[in-house]
Amino acid sequence: MKRILALYRSSVGKKALMAATGLLLFGFIVSHMLGNLKVFQGPEKFSAYAEFLRTVGYPLFARGQLLWLARIGLIVAVIVHVVAAVELTMMARDARPTSYGRPVHLEDTYASRTMRWGGVILAGFVIYHVLHFTFGTVHPNFEPGDPYGNVIAGFQSVIVAISYIVVMGVLGLHLYHGIWSALQTLGITSSELDRPIRTAAGTIAVVIFLGFIAVPVAVWSGVLR
Amino acid sequence: MKLTLHVWRQQNAGAKGGFETYEARDIGPDMSFLEMLDVVNEGLIKEGKEPIAFEHDCREGICGSCGMVINGNPHGPKKAISSCQLHMRTFADGDKIWIEPWRAKAFPVRKDLVVDRSALDRIIQAGGFISVRTGSAPDANAIPIPKENADSAFDAATCIGCGACVAACPNASAMLFTAAKVAHLGALPQGQPERYERVRNMVAQMDAEGFGYCTNHGACQTACPKEISIDFIAQLNRDMMRAFFTSR
Repeated sequence: MKRILALYRSSVGKKALMAATGLLLFGFIVSHMLGNLKVFQGPEKFSAYAEFLRTVGYPLFARGQLLWLARIGLIVAVIVHVVAAVELTMMARDARPTSYGRPVHLEDTYASRTMRWGGVILAGFVIYHVLHFTFGTVHPNFEPGDPYGNVIAGFQSVIVAISYIVVMGVLGLHLYHGIWSALQTLGITSSELDRPIRTAAGTIAVVIFLGFIAVPVAVWSGVLR
Repeated sequence: MKLTLHVWRQQNAGAKGGFETYEARDIGPDMSFLEMLDVVNEGLIKEGKEPIAFEHDCREGICGSCGMVINGNPHGPKKAISSCQLHMRTFADGDKIWIEPWRAKAFPVRKDLVVDRSALDRIIQAGGFISVRTGSAPDANAIPIPKENADSAFDAATCIGCGACVAACPNASAMLFTAAKVAHLGALPQGQPERYERVRNMVAQMDAEGFGYCTNHGACQTACPKEISIDFIAQLNRDMMRAFFTSR
């Protein structure tokens, strides 16, 4: 614990915690995308998968226990990721009190420049998304226990479908810089691995983007009904 | 050549600075950027005005003194050179050139283009050295060092401590500088006993000086007049992780 605190006090350590939690959340995003794609197998398989998430671990865990454990883990990861990001951003703001007359922009990508605001958009989206499909608070006709129907009904609104697609673009950009950056921060990269890792990060970002938007696009175009 | 210069003028650390416009006349293409400033300064002195203060020493690209941001580029638009090695043939007749100092809280402006880079010295003092008993010099090659390590250490050691990495970084982070120093000593056998203590102390000093943190943009390696790679930052990160999770 003392070491984790010492780690947290240093800027490099804070970044490492951001990288580690970021990779954890990336793992969640991959499994979430794979889970989503089960919607194409039809309502029964999709509901069975939703049920599996609640019963997995039985009888060691009671119904929903493991799911909540995972949720708590994810919430903690998000909190660490966001708090470290805010603290580091403030540190960077303080580090350059006077800005340049001619802006200095060297070698940064659109993805790397938009990490902070992209992160804010993603955080807002996660809150909306949970209210939309988990609690159904902002869903027009939410039916508990009918995930398939909720997805179909949820994406009927063009505005909702389009904003999901846009936010998945933001997620793709965040992952493109984030995956490479996390590995660099954890010291896993090297000059020979640099190119392959960047290419892999780009490919993963595109696959994740396509995997997620497949659902709203399919609902919207009438493939899923 | 005739050029229009917009130069940051600031009387002292506490004063409020601003851009002043000057005409640079009779500039030859073979002049260095600093010689161009010398010509402008001579004109200013003749007019009874205060010359533009800028730091310079060797004027051959190895001392790291002549840092300035030229048109949004630390050390100017050309790669792998410092401001003194930039020649006026890079510019065209009639160009407008913006010249300003490094901008970072840890680098307070002393006067005009001169900043105080002592913060980098204090990072070195925190661990950028090896502790050895001095005495007669040891035999050359008494300690065998693999060629790869020697090469890597040398690449890192080319850092001249100019601070362009900090100037270029959107977060005003000194990670490339610190990483070069950590990687230089970390690659050599003489640097091993203090390896993890060094990285911890140097990073702590870097944070204490008020530099920002690294967001892996890579602007520093583009700006670096010695083309030091951000691979060394990954190496610093790696050493830092080990420093936290090993017993030492």
